[in-house]
Amino acid sequence: MMYLKAFLVGGVICALSQVLIDRTRLTPARILSAYVVLGVILTGVGLWGPLVEWAGCGATVPLLGFGYTMAEGVKKAVAESGLLGAFTGGLTATAGGIAAAVGFSLLAAFLFKPGDRS
Amino acid sequence: MSRVGDTLFFETPVGVETWAAAVGTKEGEGPLGSCFDYVARENRFGKKTWEQAESRMVEIACETALNKAGLTPSRLDCALGGDLLNQCISTGYAMRGVGVPYFGLYGACSTMAESLILGAALVSGGFAQRTLCLASSHFCSAERQYRYPLEYGGQRPPSAQWTATASGAVVLHGGPAPVGITAATAGRIYDPGVTDSANMGAAMAQSAYETLRTFFRDSGQQPADFDLIVTGDLAAIGRDIVIELFRRDGVELDGRYQDCGMLLYDESQDAHAGASGCGCSAAVLCGRLLPDLAAGKLKKVLFCGTGALMSPTSSNQGESIPGICHLLRLEANL
Amino acid sequence: MKLDRKEYQTLYEKKSPPTPSAKTIPAAFLVGGLICVLGQVLRTVFENMGLDKEAAGSAVSISLVFLGVALTACRLFEKIAKFAGAGTLVPITGFANSIAAPAMEFKTEGFVLGTCVKMFSIAGPVLTFGISASVFYGVILWLMEVMG
Repeated sequence: MMYLKAFLVGGVICALSQVLIDRTRLTPARILSAYVVLGVILTGVGLWGPLVEWAGCGATVPLLGFGYTMAEGVKKAVAESGLLGAFTGGLTATAGGIAAAVGFSLLAAFLFKPGDRS
Repeated sequence: MSRVGDTLFFETPVGVETWAAAVGTKEGEGPLGSCFDYVARENRFGKKTWEQAESRMVEIACETALNKAGLTPSRLDCALGGDLLNQCISTGYAMRGVGVPYFGLYGACSTMAESLILGAALVSGGFAQRTLCLASSHFCSAERQYRYPLEYGGQRPPSAQWTATASGAVVLHGGPAPVGITAATAGRIYDPGVTDSANMGAAMAQSAYETLRTFFRDSGQQPADFDLIVTGDLAAIGRDIVIELFRRDGVELDGRYQDCGMLLYDESQDAHAGASGCGCSAAVLCGRLLPDLAAGKLKKVLFCGTGALMSPTSSNQGESIPGICHLLRLEANL
Repeated sequence: MKLDRKEYQTLYEKKSPPTPSAKTIPAAFLVGGLICVLGQVLRTVFENMGLDKEAAGSAVSISLVFLGVALTACRLFEKIAKFAGAGTLVPITGFANSIAAPAMEFKTEGFVLGTCVKMFSIAGPVLTFGISASVFYGVILWLMEVMG
């Protein structure tokens, strides 16, 4: 059942993003930046948490979930170490994904070259 | 040689002595594949970088054109050419080994027509006996400069065009030749306010219309005087706009009007609106138009190179896209 | 005939075909949904291995990032993305691709000035906005706490 919910919520988020790409001239970088910020805001006002409970990875795997993870991390860090936590919380919570992206990409750049598309 | 308005008339035609087109794999698989002198087996042309690959393609086009007429570089008085890369490095580096006086040109995708106008003027004015005119573009080098890295997962809108991996080289001289350049109109810049860099055909269509209109006014000729009118890389959308604009003036172009961007690929090749890039019009000129003129299948052709004079910087700054179109009148020597 | 810009805009917008959304939107839904299901499967696996909720979340992110980079390196990501659009872009796989693609592409300009400098050319804004928003949110939380 959780799998179905993850599929539906994740799918709907991606479908809505496709509407943005098709209908507006927003570049992917802009849409993704907006999503991360939106994820932080929606978590802050208490809307995203319940959706994560309900749909699991359907709500955390899209980049909105990146914002959610940051916001949750900041919340925890501020509760533990006050103002300092505001600066450490977000990156600490998402460190795994970011470090993996940088590390694996560097490795990929070392080992592979881009293909020909023409 | 005389001049009326923006149009130069070469009373003694400038001869198109020899020419060659070198293209990439996708272009080789397209409808004109068998017309080109050289089709790459792989688009790196045996080089390490895409920029070097494009340079190599330019070298191949030059060598092939010279060989076809039994010429050596020492017989050239100068070379004129350019490409889409910053500082025109593909052409500059290709010319590094040729050792002839070289003028680097930038006219975006109109470069082939631009180099031919200037080359013809030098020959006609007696400043050169023989000039080499060049233009090239490579999908991969253009993509990484203008858009996204090749492996980036983005989607292109249907109005987007595919930068051709292609290069054309043409040698002009004052002597007898199968094809002659008899007139040329230097284009002015027109900016109809299009800001969408995925819709360049629309941005360039007005300049094509204006240059054609200028030529018809200066020469007193009309579309019916020509077997074929071709624009460089307006593709599906731009071509429709040019037809529509002339129709509003009460002039029908259809039937005798084609666009190089729509000739290079077929529907199944996923090129969206059509081809673009300096190499698009250069390769269609050298692979199709000049051979057909030389064989007498075409008698009179208007070749209009179209270019969009924007850069990633101007796009990011929100500027609209200025268009330019240079025109040449080509005639078969009967 | 004289052309004004407005008239020209109406003309070219009429001639420009719309994106075939009837194809792109279902494709984004399907692929995006499937990537999320894959995340959920991985999550179950990691939780069964004894990871707590947060650690499992990180492990899922790392695994999907690995998948995104690996598909990019094998030149498959771009082919899937052409079909899936936002379906591969919006999940964290798209974030991975946006870093891996320029990292590979600009290797020809050297590891430092090519790969390392260009690596964040697409993902940079995402990180900047995300980090800034989280700091801003943290400061608000802290102020609310201090002021009671």
